[in-house]
Amino acid sequence: MSKREIKFSDETLALIQRIIRRYPEGKQKSALLPCLHLAQMEFGGWLAPETMDYVASILKIKPIEVYEVASFYSMFNLKPVGKCVIEVCRTGPCWLLGAEDLVRHIEKKLNITVGETTADGMFTLKTVECLAACGNAPVIQVGETYHEDMTCEKTDDMLSAYRNRNEVVTHWDKKHVKAQ
Amino acid sequence: MGKQLLLENINTPGIDTMAGYRAQGGYSSLQKALKMKPEEIVEEVKKSGLRGRGGAGFPTGMKWSFIAKPEGVPRHLVCNADESEPGTFKDRFLMQHKPHILIEGMIISSFALGCNTSYIYIRGELLYVYHILEKAIAEAYEAGFLGKNIMGSGFDLDLYVQPGGGAYICGEETALIESLEGKRGNPRIKPPFPAVAGVWGRPTVVNNVETISATVPIINMGGDEYAKIGVGKSTGTKLISACGHINKPGVYEIEMGVPVEEFIYSEQYCGGIRNGKKLKAVVAGGSSVPILPADLILKTAKGEPRLMTYESLSDGGFQTGTMLGSGGFIVMDETTSVVKNLWNFTRFYHHESCGQCSPCREGTGWMEKVLHRIVEGHGKQTDVDLLWDIQSKIDGKTICPLGDAASWPVASAIRHFRAEFEEYIKNPQNIKDEKHYYNLRNQKAPVA
Repeated sequence: MSKREIKFSDETLALIQRIIRRYPEGKQKSALLPCLHLAQMEFGGWLAPETMDYVASILKIKPIEVYEVASFYSMFNLKPVGKCVIEVCRTGPCWLLGAEDLVRHIEKKLNITVGETTADGMFTLKTVECLAACGNAPVIQVGETYHEDMTCEKTDDMLSAYRNRNEVVTHWDKKHVKAQ
Repeated sequence: MGKQLLLENINTPGIDTMAGYRAQGGYSSLQKALKMKPEEIVEEVKKSGLRGRGGAGFPTGMKWSFIAKPEGVPRHLVCNADESEPGTFKDRFLMQHKPHILIEGMIISSFALGCNTSYIYIRGELLYVYHILEKAIAEAYEAGFLGKNIMGSGFDLDLYVQPGGGAYICGEETALIESLEGKRGNPRIKPPFPAVAGVWGRPTVVNNVETISATVPIINMGGDEYAKIGVGKSTGTKLISACGHINKPGVYEIEMGVPVEEFIYSEQYCGGIRNGKKLKAVVAGGSSVPILPADLILKTAKGEPRLMTYESLSDGGFQTGTMLGSGGFIVMDETTSVVKNLWNFTRFYHHESCGQCSPCREGTGWMEKVLHRIVEGHGKQTDVDLLWDIQSKIDGKTICPLGDAASWPVASAIRHFRAEFEEYIKNPQNIKDEKHYYNLRNQKAPVA
């Protein structure tokens, strides 16, 4: 990780202050999950220890209170990831309709296995549990976007599109911060 | 197609906006509600017979009446939008396409409960829906339906959306409350129940998205009219998310009481099994409910047609019945391996166990491992009994129902498809020949 200073943008800080006001006085810890999503959005799609310490300082809580939460929820990445994290649903209905084939196809295509990142730092492949989109199985999530009714061909097109965009894609999309 | 109380006009362009929703009569229910007394609203909901649509089916009016009202202590309504039960995608569909029905329901329900600050807790994966809800809430503030002195009624309400971080367990109401407080989603020991000490120790009601949305038609039409829809204690309509090997997967609003056979085969609903295949089994209410073979899902053990109601689906108990659950309706055709599907479900529960209770934390992992060796062709003769033993030692022995939810699929698969497990173990040389295991069905007396 570069030595650059960890600091949220002014827009994001203002958003965090608005979120904190949603809870009773002294209960600002409730803003932790939204803050961690925003931290992943601003700091490369993952949570470095320094990032978590910074979030702790903003919410006036102990760093351990951030670590224990970040490590509990599956959406928070505690190791560096590629610009796009490809999240393939592997549960029940998606599995019945070919999710395993998609995973194998992506592994072969990107020459990585689940949990790994491509050498060029573009893609990380993850499998996730049920995304509540079983009617359009199999489903792949990238950032905030659900790619539904996926096939190997559609997956190839999807990967090309993200490669061409060549941007960091996160669950909390930056456009929603600017729109506030 | 029966009455469409929730999905009505869902395909109308602009229904996701305030203007579009109001053009179809939206927020008329709120206007009516604000002229009533809060206890009259609770009474209408009681009369409607509405039961929790998240899976447990607990009467909503009764749940509301439990909320403690100590002097000077704020209380909160929290909407459970953490839809994560495999097979279930009805709440996502409703919130994405018709967010204002949930907002309107939240305002009515908050007024009934005397809450001035309410939250919608939505699973983190659905951040795009989070932004749809934020936009709808902003529109509602602008229209004067949220904020101070709503429509001159003297009632104040602030409504906020809260994203989760990816954890099935947060659909359990006390885990959801912990998560809303910025903590790990570890369920709390009850009592105290949330109605007494919920979020930040304050009296709290947690209701599912569909439950809260259903208060909109209930107030509009009156509880008695709503209760006329359906059969017996299963009143009103229910959203069913149908998926798996069917021709027309999707979200359907049914009047309670539609026969399961009609639901699966009629063109109005699932449109039959894909590719002309035969039906093998159904998981009728999300991955946690017992799996039933084709004959038992279509007809009860007494030979009566099985209906889409709380009572009919559970007819026969767990020996021959199942549950309506969340309405996540997973259909499996004759090519499905029940054993492999069970391994997949068990892996899910192992992954999602919060780890507080040993039976669930350890047991789900053991079940996953034993099932994995069976589907890999290394099963032992004693494995089926071992699985039965493990699940029986999880069921009912944990703080929250995730333990039960992990054990029921295992118990029911063994109960109804024991022969398929035994064939995997006896003839592992056929493991690659998936056809070999199709249509095997346990004809022996159920275990235990």
